[in-house]
Amino acid sequence: MVTDLPKTDLPKIVEGWFVSFFEWFGELGLFCVRVARESFGAPWEGREFIRQMDDIGSKSFPLVALAGAATGVVLSLQTRDSLTRFGAQAMLPAVIVFSLIKESGPVITALIVSGRVGAGIGAELGSMRVTEQIDAMEVSAVNPYKFLASTRVLACLCMLPLLTLTADASGIFMGWVSTTLAHPMTFHFFLKSGLKEAAMNDFLPPTFKTAIFGLIIGFVSCFEGMRTQGGTAGVGRSATSSVVLSSLFIILADVILVRLIQVFFPS
Amino acid sequence: MTSTAEKPVADQTKQPTAEAPLVVSGLRKSFGSQNVLDGVDLTADRGQTIVVLGKSGTGKSVLLKLMVGLQKPDSGSIRILGQEIVGLDMDHLNEIRKKIGFLFQQAALYDSLTVAENVEFPLDRHTTLPDGERREKVRTLLASVGMEDASNKLPSDISGGMQKRVGLARALALDPEILLFDEPTSGLDPITTAEIGELVVKLQKERNLTSVVVTHDIHSAKSFADRFVLLREGKVVIDGTFSQLEQSSDSFVVQFLKDAG
Repeated sequence: MVTDLPKTDLPKIVEGWFVSFFEWFGELGLFCVRVARESFGAPWEGREFIRQMDDIGSKSFPLVALAGAATGVVLSLQTRDSLTRFGAQAMLPAVIVFSLIKESGPVITALIVSGRVGAGIGAELGSMRVTEQIDAMEVSAVNPYKFLASTRVLACLCMLPLLTLTADASGIFMGWVSTTLAHPMTFHFFLKSGLKEAAMNDFLPPTFKTAIFGLIIGFVSCFEGMRTQGGTAGVGRSATSSVVLSSLFIILADVILVRLIQVFFPS
Repeated sequence: MTSTAEKPVADQTKQPTAEAPLVVSGLRKSFGSQNVLDGVDLTADRGQTIVVLGKSGTGKSVLLKLMVGLQKPDSGSIRILGQEIVGLDMDHLNEIRKKIGFLFQQAALYDSLTVAENVEFPLDRHTTLPDGERREKVRTLLASVGMEDASNKLPSDISGGMQKRVGLARALALDPEILLFDEPTSGLDPITTAEIGELVVKLQKERNLTSVVVTHDIHSAKSFADRFVLLREGKVVIDGTFSQLEQSSDSFVVQFLKDAG
């Protein structure tokens, strides 16, 4: 027997989704423009910027170093067998070094920072929004877009490349440790073999593309935090969406950036 | 129960003056289809304390937020210290904001800063006081609200009443000419409520501030209010002294006072 299903106006629902989707992007765009504009011009928020650099950079350092080290070990373990099978074991240092500096290091750093910092910014600004601290700041004639958002975005922009270097270095080092346990070799030899074919274009563009990832983390997290509504539940939603959306945009941006690097900085 | 359309008493007793630090006229604000404020007029002369009353959701807090430019009205005018703030650019609005102190309902202290740093925040940003003088001013402000012993504590380590005191010290930091209070006694026990009320009276006497207080607490408000403004469905029902409220024949005013006990 066929029962009457509840009638839904599907076109209207779909239209609503589309409108919300484009509204979100529109608001994000306006937010980015406003924050970018506030970043240039007095008063300079030097102290807050340094505090954010410390919070985003220094405090992410151990986590990023650990993630980089784990990646180095995994790369060594995974690729050793494959390369041995094809008789290309001598390529192992180069595979580890190239994988880390070109892709694994930057992306893993960005995802780790997105998880730690993105959630932190989303929750902190969200909490400030629902407890009227951002309103209090505005009433005190302090521009929250400059004081809160612009400092965080710039700190993310500056710290991501530095953290990527950390991940690369610890990954290469632990890749050597893992490799040398199976086939002893000096670190100098490992590094020399790994970097023999490497050029600046293999190293600099992938490292500096993480500045774009930093912008994504900063903008998305600040945007989600500052538009929080709905009390503590809203704060939780902002923290989650900051991580999810910035991680997603990092992966999508990586596709475009890798292609652009190949075109503009050929190896 | 329906109320009669009684003309606001203020229209009969007090004419807006050009010098009044706070003049609101024809203010309208709606959210979607809901008219929160529907043509509100309000004038506060220098040194006056106006108490805004009304049931929850009648736009009292929205009125305060409009007065500091946190929200934009749909229409109407807000003149603060002779300057129209509706449509004012951010730089000029910020100059006006420096002359307004705002005590939020939950104090809205920055929870990553200590009590002293909260009070120091506006001073640090808008004055050129040397470090020593700035710290001395913070100490004086905290002493004036009885919170000098808590200067190194975080907001999370002090009670709600103490947070409001610190919020008040922060609101006074830039020596404002106008003070806005959003439910200064909500969520506080009767003793702390009385203390906050006494504090407001003391500060009014010391500084001759123009104040607008949004509250449900009509009893404590009697101790510091010069005039009461009662809102209903976004309109001013009555604007006058407490005795004028008591003498009003408007059914809504009568019922409101009865409900307030």
